[in-house]
Amino acid sequence: MSPQPASPASFSVAGAKAPVAVESSPAQYLTFVLGGEMFAVGILNIKEIIEYGAVTEIPMVPPFIRGVINLRGAVVPVIDLASRFGGKRSEISRRTCIVIIELTENDERQDIGVVVDAVSEVLEIPAAEIEPPPSFGARIRADFIKGMGKVNGKFVILLEVDKVLSVDEIASLSHLATEGAVELAAGGVPSA
Amino acid sequence: MDELKQVFLQESFEQLDALESLLLELENRPDDETTLNGIFRAAHTIKGAAGMVECAAVESFAHVVENVLDRLRNHEIAVSTKLAALMLGCTDHLRVLVANEAGVAQMAGEEIEAQGARLLKQLGEYGPGGQVSASPKTVESGVERIPSSGSAQNCWHISVRFGPEVLRQGMDPENFLRFLETLGDIRHLETLADAMPAAAEMDPEVCYLGFEITLESSADKQAIEDIFAFVRDECQLSILPPNSKVADYLDLIRNLPEDTLRLGEILVQVGALTADELAEGLRAQSAPVDEPEPEARQIGEILVAQQVVQPELVVAAVAKQAQVSEKKAQDAKLIRVPADKLDHLINLVGELVIAGAATSLLAHTRRDGELIEASSLLTRLVEEIRDASLQLRTVQIGETFNRFHRLVRDACKDLGKDVQLVINGGETELDKSIVEKIGDPLMHLVRNSLDHGIEAPAVREAAGKDPQGTLFLNAFHDAGNIVIEVSDDGAGLNRNKILAKAVERGLVDAEAHLSDREVFDLIFAPGLSTADQVTNLSGRGVGMDVVRRNLQALRGTINVDSQSGQGTRLTLRLPLTLAIIDGFLVVSGNRSYVIPLDAVVECIERPESEHERNYFNLRGQVLPAVCLREIFNLPGERPARESVVVVQYAGLRAGIVVDRLAGELQAVIKPLGVIFRHLQGIGGSTILGSGEVALILDISALIKISGQLEQRLIARPELRNA
Repeated sequence: MSPQPASPASFSVAGAKAPVAVESSPAQYLTFVLGGEMFAVGILNIKEIIEYGAVTEIPMVPPFIRGVINLRGAVVPVIDLASRFGGKRSEISRRTCIVIIELTENDERQDIGVVVDAVSEVLEIPAAEIEPPPSFGARIRADFIKGMGKVNGKFVILLEVDKVLSVDEIASLSHLATEGAVELAAGGVPSA
Repeated sequence: MDELKQVFLQESFEQLDALESLLLELENRPDDETTLNGIFRAAHTIKGAAGMVECAAVESFAHVVENVLDRLRNHEIAVSTKLAALMLGCTDHLRVLVANEAGVAQMAGEEIEAQGARLLKQLGEYGPGGQVSASPKTVESGVERIPSSGSAQNCWHISVRFGPEVLRQGMDPENFLRFLETLGDIRHLETLADAMPAAAEMDPEVCYLGFEITLESSADKQAIEDIFAFVRDECQLSILPPNSKVADYLDLIRNLPEDTLRLGEILVQVGALTADELAEGLRAQSAPVDEPEPEARQIGEILVAQQVVQPELVVAAVAKQAQVSEKKAQDAKLIRVPADKLDHLINLVGELVIAGAATSLLAHTRRDGELIEASSLLTRLVEEIRDASLQLRTVQIGETFNRFHRLVRDACKDLGKDVQLVINGGETELDKSIVEKIGDPLMHLVRNSLDHGIEAPAVREAAGKDPQGTLFLNAFHDAGNIVIEVSDDGAGLNRNKILAKAVERGLVDAEAHLSDREVFDLIFAPGLSTADQVTNLSGRGVGMDVVRRNLQALRGTINVDSQSGQGTRLTLRLPLTLAIIDGFLVVSGNRSYVIPLDAVVECIERPESEHERNYFNLRGQVLPAVCLREIFNLPGERPARESVVVVQYAGLRAGIVVDRLAGELQAVIKPLGVIFRHLQGIGGSTILGSGEVALILDISALIKISGQLEQRLIARPELRNA
């Protein structure tokens, strides 16, 4: 996003969060495939795309947290997007990638990796080609969707990254999971 | 100017801290000359520094304080509790003034003025304020002035040539002269403008001035030189003592103890020479001389040539020196280093450790003997560098502890209690970043003890105790942790009251049978604030739950121990450092985990016969065990042979069952980030030489979870058969 110190009054919270595409020239999006569906994320948040591999699992966390990876010396958490949307975990294939996304929440920068089935391409989607999200039917939470982009007559779900990867939400979910994990582990104990 | 002011602010706060602790010491030992001198010096330094940066408010107030201190030091007035309290008040006021100067005003302007006026009035009772009194000689040097008949006899001759850069650095020569007047009377002053070029060539930003000053003052040489401290490197300064003093110096030199000193040091010790002058002289001596000389020049000659001492003094000092043998001064030398530079160094060392591990791993896979040898040497050196650089960041905890003297003293006044603070283990070292973060929790615990723990003198007497309560602050090292104890000999925790409160808040079941320890642990529960728990004194600091959370954030723990009527002890355990630890690598279900090596006691093989149980017979003792496979729900088959790592934490022993052991390593701790902040049993992560991320186990949490797990299994046996 473009920091504009000029007039803070006109730079409301809503304005800051509004998609860049609305005012300016067509924004660029990275499209990727997840469970057969096409999704897109604004490229401004994307740091890099790496091959899937060497993920260290973390015990007692919700299934959508796949674990952590070593990204050149930094430990970065990896989220399974399909599982985060309420579905099954992605099957790992030759084309599976981790997209590293940089988030800024509460003035703290945090890198998060998301697992996708395959990345497709970088597209320019003009604001006019973006429809508001459907109230239901997309099979994922409405607040995860920023809009529906029209590409070659097909719809692409533009993701609201801040919501999908909300650090606070993930942390509290994992807290619940940790509490539950004790129960889970208890269930898994071989009969004595 | 800004930089100058920064230095001033920082030094002032340090001096104020020193002043405060010395004043508190004075209360206990009113006759201690050293303490008195220290107090005076601190006040004087603050005044001097304030004068340099034209901080008139601080300077004038400090001046009045200094006057009273001077009378105190000369035994014109006696130390009293009232005076000590007033001086502490003055210290606080100075702190406010300095903070104001720093732009972080703690009070409104009028309020500060009112406070200042009140203090000045009180100070007035102890002697004439406002007048400039000469800064007296330091007692150590013990120079008694001979009352001189002619006034010129007692005049210092100061000759100063300011360097060309002085103005550019924001210093105004006039200020120095002005400040010099606070030490005594300037009898004669000659401005030397010889260096001034023709008007056309003159650069208005360059200082061309020099001064010859005749100063009548009873101050010692160091005090005079200190005035020029800020421009010492830039100017040529020579201070020649008054003639009357030369005789004193000669006497002193003769009477020096039989100590091994160098010539320069002798002169410095009696005050005829300042340390800076000596350093300058030594530099001149070591500098290459143009004309070839048969012998190196003597330091004495140089000093005389630089007009900093009279020749007869040098002769006397040489004679003195001849009596004793030579020896180097072994003063502890300190360097100020910005904390972020150190942090950067630690980060780099962390990277180095990881890179070193990768190299060593590679050497082992290649089975190259020479490479293995080279890399193991490298590893050893890296370890040493790691320890040395972590050492750089450690500080003694005593400084933090000593701050509580004031707190205890003030709180006692407010609460009408009599409490003695006893500090043990102040020399215990730990990481500075931890020290900074435990200040607030400690403060809260100390306040709690004072508010709720220790009873009023009358109550104590009725209970047959010493009316004076005692608060202990203890620190020591234990198994790679630092342990800090805050204990008192007060009333102890009220078990029933806590329990009643907890039941009322729905934290525990009324029917539940809890051990004392479990009840006391309730004081850390978020809903149960200590404020309304025992007394009505509330609204200060943070709650006990916050204390515990702060400690957990530092990977520390807190435990409470209490005996009704005998006192309470809070035990804080903290890691020594936050950056790098020695770890023990284990593997379970094909995943690597690191156990902090400090916690590891020994490793044994899991006895075959006890495969189904989670406790073992360890040489006749029962050892409860946690199986990583079970607790982390790891996939894969259990191997036929399993290993047990016996760990010890806070006096608790347990075994951790793992698939196999993989040896020691240095683990650079990488925090897992906010997403995993609620994660239990995992303390962080580290990167192995192979690039794999390994999780660092949090032993105490792991044991706790394991206990909870068992509780639930007992409560719901159907899970066991699921």
